[in-house]
Amino acid sequence: MSTMKRGTGRKWKSSLLPWRLLPMSRNKKCWVGGCVWYLERRAGQESPHKFMRLFRSVNKQWITFQHFNFLKRMYVTQLNRSLHQQVKPKPEPLASSFLEKTSSSQTKAEIYQMRSLSPPSLPLSRKSNEKGLTELGSASIIKSSIEVGNETRDEKQWKEMKLQLENLPGILARLSKIKLTALVVSTTSAGFALAPGPFDLPCFLLTFVGTGLASCAANCINQFFEVPFDSNMNRTKNRPLVRGQISPLLAVSFATCCAVPGVALLTWGVNPLTGALGAFNIFLYTCCYTPLKRISIANTWVGAVVGAIPPVMGWTAATGSLGAGAFLLGGILYSWQFPHFNALSWGLREDYSRGGYCMMSVTHPALCRRVALRHCLALIGLSTAAPLLDITTWTFPIISLPINLYISYLGFRFYTEADRKSSRKLFFCSLWHLPLLLLLLLTCKQDGKGVRGEPRG
Amino acid sequence: MAALGPRSKPLVPALCRAFADCGRQLTPECAAERRDAAPSRASRFCPPRQSCHDWIGPPDRQSNLRPVQFYVPEDESPLEQRLRELRQETQEWNQEFWANQNSTFMKEKEEFIHSRLKAKGLALRTESGQRATLNAEEMADFYKDFLSKNFQKHMYYNRDWYRRNFAITVFMGRVALHRAWKRLRSGRR
Repeated sequence: MSTMKRGTGRKWKSSLLPWRLLPMSRNKKCWVGGCVWYLERRAGQESPHKFMRLFRSVNKQWITFQHFNFLKRMYVTQLNRSLHQQVKPKPEPLASSFLEKTSSSQTKAEIYQMRSLSPPSLPLSRKSNEKGLTELGSASIIKSSIEVGNETRDEKQWKEMKLQLENLPGILARLSKIKLTALVVSTTSAGFALAPGPFDLPCFLLTFVGTGLASCAANCINQFFEVPFDSNMNRTKNRPLVRGQISPLLAVSFATCCAVPGVALLTWGVNPLTGALGAFNIFLYTCCYTPLKRISIANTWVGAVVGAIPPVMGWTAATGSLGAGAFLLGGILYSWQFPHFNALSWGLREDYSRGGYCMMSVTHPALCRRVALRHCLALIGLSTAAPLLDITTWTFPIISLPINLYISYLGFRFYTEADRKSSRKLFFCSLWHLPLLLLLLLTCKQDGKGVRGEPRG
Repeated sequence: MAALGPRSKPLVPALCRAFADCGRQLTPECAAERRDAAPSRASRFCPPRQSCHDWIGPPDRQSNLRPVQFYVPEDESPLEQRLRELRQETQEWNQEFWANQNSTFMKEKEEFIHSRLKAKGLALRTESGQRATLNAEEMADFYKDFLSKNFQKHMYYNRDWYRRNFAITVFMGRVALHRAWKRLRSGRR
């Protein structure tokens, strides 16, 4: 389609600061946003001189005015990032949005007195704006020029939907959720490494690449299905398909180009069982989990199975069969998904409700917390079962007990307190808990007993 | 046009219209016709004349969806025209649904907060003049209620969205093949 053609259109330059366009974790954004806020606050203290400059020349006004507007917007974003739900309707789509009102009030107030920017004064400046509008006759000139400024800024946000080849790797990385894929592949590697028998490097590499490709494909299709929903959620609104950086056709083609070689590699390069598991997992994620998210809370359990299959694939790749170890590893990953996801979803309830997602955190909050705690405790049980199944030595349940107890403690806190703070603590704990647990599993691996089955089909 | 229930405008006639040769010719410089279709600030934008690609705008304030202004090539085939119309129509349909959904959500949320604050005997504004708020746990009842009220609406929307998305992508594939074939034939000559 037109996105695949190279046209003669001129390059579009973003009027936004680059960092905002980067996919960053929320904490990083808070930190960077906080820096901008600090700088803006410093600037605000020197603001009287800035306002004089604003009135000096029209040309300069637009540059400092737009920069000023942008800094204001960044600040307001930080102010609104609160734990409470504000009763604040979205600004009207006319020139009189909140930011414009504040800015115009600032420029008008300058005529009477110098007014410095300080955070608590924002709601007050709204009040003074209402007075200012009625008092100033010449405000109409400023207002119309503000409107033109807004339209110019708005026009600058339009982008040509032309695929730039130099951007393609980044776009495809975001499309395939490369970080999540990396996590999936690492769990597969853990399953492979934990399996009995000597380590077969070529087989491992084939499994690694095949699983990675399958995961990329599944993530692409997931994003392809969810474009309008992703647009409406803060967490996902910067995805490539939402932003029009890639066409749906290209996304599906890329997914196919990953899925086919990925599954083929697993089936013929490793063994048919692993290939079948890979294909099944792609199907489960794209055709069961993704639509089910909007139909029933059962999606969480299906999603947990999706997360549990990769380490099982690693095990079957190494041994050629499903053993007790495969199920144990799968069980650990399955149980881990619940504290991880339930804690994450606790802070997204507003977006889920508005977007129509059926999640336990919205429809059955008590169940959500109960299940999270239940599975934290299950992790302790599964860790104890590892030596019983001859997967690890008895050292493993002992050394993993502290971290399992800690996550269970946080799970209990989440269960009782049921607030954002406890959910965030549990979520962040789950992020380091899993890699550490897998590492401990590998260090306590039981040596020697099993014989690897035929790895290649 | 939004997927509001079984009596809503079915998808099949919309797709049939896309297959029939009808619809207005949209030009890159003419944004005026689009204003009533996607009434937002972003629709006043006109892409530059020399550009021969679609242009995508900032997220709409009401629907959070990014509007697209479609490029109309001079040698647009009937197939390409139908695809463009289908995409345009889907965009409008999506815009209507999500704008309605989001504005209903904000309105009902405000009403909920007001009623809860009243029940608690609290004023709508605190002493410092800021709006009084409810914390996330108090809002949970509203979120649950809103989700269940809109469940059926979302089911119809999901079904229609999956169909449209699939149809558009298949169409895009056909257009791409058609163009490739045309280029191959003109290359041979």
